[in-house]
Amino acid sequence: MTAPASRSASASASAHDVDTRAPILEARRLVKTYGRVVGLDGVGLKLYPGEVLAIIGDNGAGKSTLVKCLTGAEVPDTGELLLDGRPVSFKRPQDARAAGIETVYQTLAVSPALDVASNLFLGREERKRGILGSVFRMLDTKGMRAKAGRELAELGISTLQDVTVPVENLSGGQRQAVAVARAAAFGSKVVVLDEPTAALGVRESNQVLELVKALRERGIPVIIISHNMPQVFEVADRIHIQRLGKRAATITPQSHSMTEAVAIMTGAQTA
Amino acid sequence: MTDTAPKTGSLDLAEEFLDRTTPLTRIRGILHRHPAISPALVLLVAVIVFGLLNDRFLRPENLSLISQQVAVVGTLAIAQTLVILTAGIDLSVGAIMILSAMVMAQTAASTGVPPVLCLLLGLVVGLAAGGLNGLLVTRLKLPPFIVTLGTLSIFTAVTLLYTGGTTVRGSEIPPLLTFTGVTFSIGGISLTAGVLIMVLLYLIMAYALNRTAWGRHVYAVGDDKEAARLAGISVNRVLVSVYLAAGAIIAVAAWIQIGRTNAASPNSGVDLNLDSITAVVIGGTSLFGGRGAVWGTLLGALIVGVFRNGLALAGLDVLYQTLAVGVLIIVAVALDQWIRKARS
Repeated sequence: MTAPASRSASASASAHDVDTRAPILEARRLVKTYGRVVGLDGVGLKLYPGEVLAIIGDNGAGKSTLVKCLTGAEVPDTGELLLDGRPVSFKRPQDARAAGIETVYQTLAVSPALDVASNLFLGREERKRGILGSVFRMLDTKGMRAKAGRELAELGISTLQDVTVPVENLSGGQRQAVAVARAAAFGSKVVVLDEPTAALGVRESNQVLELVKALRERGIPVIIISHNMPQVFEVADRIHIQRLGKRAATITPQSHSMTEAVAIMTGAQTA
Repeated sequence: MTDTAPKTGSLDLAEEFLDRTTPLTRIRGILHRHPAISPALVLLVAVIVFGLLNDRFLRPENLSLISQQVAVVGTLAIAQTLVILTAGIDLSVGAIMILSAMVMAQTAASTGVPPVLCLLLGLVVGLAAGGLNGLLVTRLKLPPFIVTLGTLSIFTAVTLLYTGGTTVRGSEIPPLLTFTGVTFSIGGISLTAGVLIMVLLYLIMAYALNRTAWGRHVYAVGDDKEAARLAGISVNRVLVSVYLAAGAIIAVAAWIQIGRTNAASPNSGVDLNLDSITAVVIGGTSLFGGRGAVWGTLLGALIVGVFRNGLALAGLDVLYQTLAVGVLIIVAVALDQWIRKARS
């Protein structure tokens, strides 16, 4: 299929899109310019339930801009965003979060001195029931710790048994696991991971990839941005390739090889 | 498929334990988790040593004297702890306290305003001054050090302009404002109302910092502002609330100061600024923010009080007290740096 410069989202759906299901998150003809620089030039994207969609592209191809538009960090000039088929617009990252799109940032957005449970519930702490909670604002520390433990167990994060350990005592992979667990908890609809393994070693990267698979098993769709081709091909169901501000192709690990994906990314080949 | 490394998982934890095998690093790990241990030990040792040096030191009269000497600084240090936990510093706590105290005393002495309203007026002054600091830090994005260095001069000047430099004597001040100097006897040790109010404030602040979401947010903002923002915390709102709370606590310190000195002088308590920072630092709260506990600050204030009193009883010149406090500060910060290495 070749649909690199498609202007219409419906026409741009490639053969690998699973059109029978309704996408959870859909972007249509997103345009974002910075002065004279065109960051996004009419990009469409569909994310289906329970899939891992990787976004790859060379530097300046617009993958970061695309993700920023999806997560409220940037507001697109034109174009539409649909969540569960309903149009949405995000002015700030908090809007996207409130709508159920959780983002894990490359810079680990965890608070080092706070413990694992406090980090999981940071910004949405739960209070005790009754007068202790309503008048004295007392936190339900025990309840939050129990929930945090269950959440981590469900995600199969076995190395984080003790949720009372300060995050700074954890390894890089474990910290990333805390960040991912926070994104996946609280009934989020979409989890976006921005270069989740960029700062990690091989073994720790694998822990994070296992976590991504665990999210998929729970039915939470994941968008993952990565430079690492082997990782992308290991974990992704579909791969969205950005090139020069446009979507060059959407492929699958089965339909294309890594070499072909790189060739599409660099413009040496069309899909 | 690219990975040939051994199995993932529990190895990370095992490595961490291997790192901690020497006794020194294990001690560091414990101090890291419980920042109030080291000031508690210092206080204990100081009390024992000074008690051995001079048998008057441990007498109830002397202990209650120390508690009274500590009450004002100890209260100011609560406000200072809050600000320092957010990785800030407040150089204007002393100036706000004097301004608030002068407004309370002067209004009560020279107008017919009921004493209760005078107290409230002092509280309003504290809140307004703290709020100004908070707004300058959050809106103009200036470093707290610069903001409070500026407001230190501003509040001091306003106080002198307002009072004309004159002291309000105790005889002109209504009893409610000097109530904090009234003594109660509890178990042979006489404590002033001011000391009890200080302890009450510590209890309230320890609860707020450890048991409420606001407290977690204060720590998170001081720990890593960006991470806190990304977690959905309104960083500016937390910062303004911290400076407002500090202003209110400082107003209470002003009330305690009036009771302690039985007067309100625009020139008293000039050293209290740095003394409050000293108490916080010796108490194990990190100047880099996000780490520390308000109980440590109480211990820090007590350590300074015990050192000053103990050295005075030992017959040493007041300059040696100042020297000792200086050494304490440097040792405390060096210890904090060393403990923070436990992170990596």
